[in-house]
Amino acid sequence: MTSKPVVEIRGVTKAFGEREVLHGIDLEVREHQAVAVIGASGSGKSTLLRCVDLLEDIDDGDIFLDGEVITDPAVDTVAVRRRLGLVFQAYNLFPHLTVLGNVLLGSVRAHDIPRDEAEERGRALLARFGLAGREDDRPDELSGGQQQRVALVRAFASRPRALLLDEVTSALDPELVGDVLEAVRELKAEGMTMLIATHEMSFAREVADTICFLHDGRILESGPPERVLSSPQRPETQRFLRRLLEAGRL
Amino acid sequence: MTGDRRAAREEARARRSRRGQAIAAISSVVVLGGLAALVLTSPGWAEVRETFFSWAAFKDSFPGVLKGFWLDVKLFLIVEVVVLVLGLVVALLRTSRAPALFPLRLLGAGYCDIFRGIPTILLVYLVGFGIPALQLEGLPTDPVVLGGVGLALSYGAYVAEVYRAGIVSIHRGQHDAALAIGLTESQSMRYVILPQAVRRVGPPLLNDFISLQKDVALVSILGPQEAFRIAQIDASSTFNYTPLIAAALLYLCITVPLARVVDRIGLGVGGQTR
Repeated sequence: MTSKPVVEIRGVTKAFGEREVLHGIDLEVREHQAVAVIGASGSGKSTLLRCVDLLEDIDDGDIFLDGEVITDPAVDTVAVRRRLGLVFQAYNLFPHLTVLGNVLLGSVRAHDIPRDEAEERGRALLARFGLAGREDDRPDELSGGQQQRVALVRAFASRPRALLLDEVTSALDPELVGDVLEAVRELKAEGMTMLIATHEMSFAREVADTICFLHDGRILESGPPERVLSSPQRPETQRFLRRLLEAGRL
Repeated sequence: MTGDRRAAREEARARRSRRGQAIAAISSVVVLGGLAALVLTSPGWAEVRETFFSWAAFKDSFPGVLKGFWLDVKLFLIVEVVVLVLGLVVALLRTSRAPALFPLRLLGAGYCDIFRGIPTILLVYLVGFGIPALQLEGLPTDPVVLGGVGLALSYGAYVAEVYRAGIVSIHRGQHDAALAIGLTESQSMRYVILPQAVRRVGPPLLNDFISLQKDVALVSILGPQEAFRIAQIDASSTFNYTPLIAAALLYLCITVPLARVVDRIGLGVGGQTR
């Protein structure tokens, strides 16, 4: 672990009204590493990723990107988001644009990349993720797995410093999960830094360098996958993993 | 064996369809025929036919009414463009969240409440007679222009609310995704939210189009010689109301095709969601 941290979360607290969703989260994602956050629905995984992408304001603590604080009120949030990529559980593709249009919008409008250059790169990326020939289709003409791969390409197209993946397989039919996970594996192999919220334990075990178990807004346990998943120390982690095992999800 | 079942089903389906058509035809003849008989046998029908459906009076008045109708069409087209722009601007102001725009947001809300709440005919009247009464230099005094302003103010308020409904109906995830790829708030509105919102409110907007096309006749209260006004003058000088029917037919020539366009769009691409 000699690489420097890309995303650092220090003592982050977040409440929606009276309800505290995150209590003093500490977490770091080092360059070329993948950190998977696991935990039950409602444990705060999505909120944590949304806070990192500045889609939610945090109440306390700080988040750093490449060593710079990004949660200071004076920071330009748009500039920060341009250095990060976020993929949503429900894809959130733009239905009025073609597949290629979805991929190009950020490159052309947010990153000022010339259209020709962005298009060439976009087409190449789509082809790489098995979407050649679908460039001019509308998102709703694609299967869920294909839509989520488009969303991955859209987030990745502008070469972010880190990708934030929010339950990217949860909305998919089981037989479509594989293609999306394969795409994530490929990005990881390429050295992409990733913070992943997931329910797929086998995937977390395979891709993540570190797994954090989030429970009621606190990270109760973290470490290498084999340790957290095979010999969890905390009773809450043990109970969570046992439930997944019973549901056939482990 | 299966062939038999298939033939039997097709036979049954054809029988049902023939029966349905027969019932529809009989029912139409009874209802429409009954209505026609009621009108044609009414005690006053002979007089009504003469005063409302006189071919001679129609031929005499039609050229003049048609000429007046040209003014309606021009006014409609110009006011419609103004309304679409005004409505969009007001809707964007009302949905913006920038603190600096707060006073404009307040004005936008007040504008929609007040101008939607006043009858259009009253608004046309107030603008048409009120603005010239101010006797300010540079303000228009042409009743056609003033009537157009009154209509635009009234319809702008409606259309602003239609746009706004479209904007707020776009799922929040679209806004999140737009910000996540690095767009600013205004880029998100321009490239992501608004294109979807406008598509979604196409049918209701066209509906307001039709309504405006008819309400252009309200400008006649300020004096301009548009179709309804001319028909009214003809009618009162000849004591024959056929010119009004001529004017009505002209309005229908525009509004019915527009209604078909609304149907087509409403049934086609209108319902895109997510």
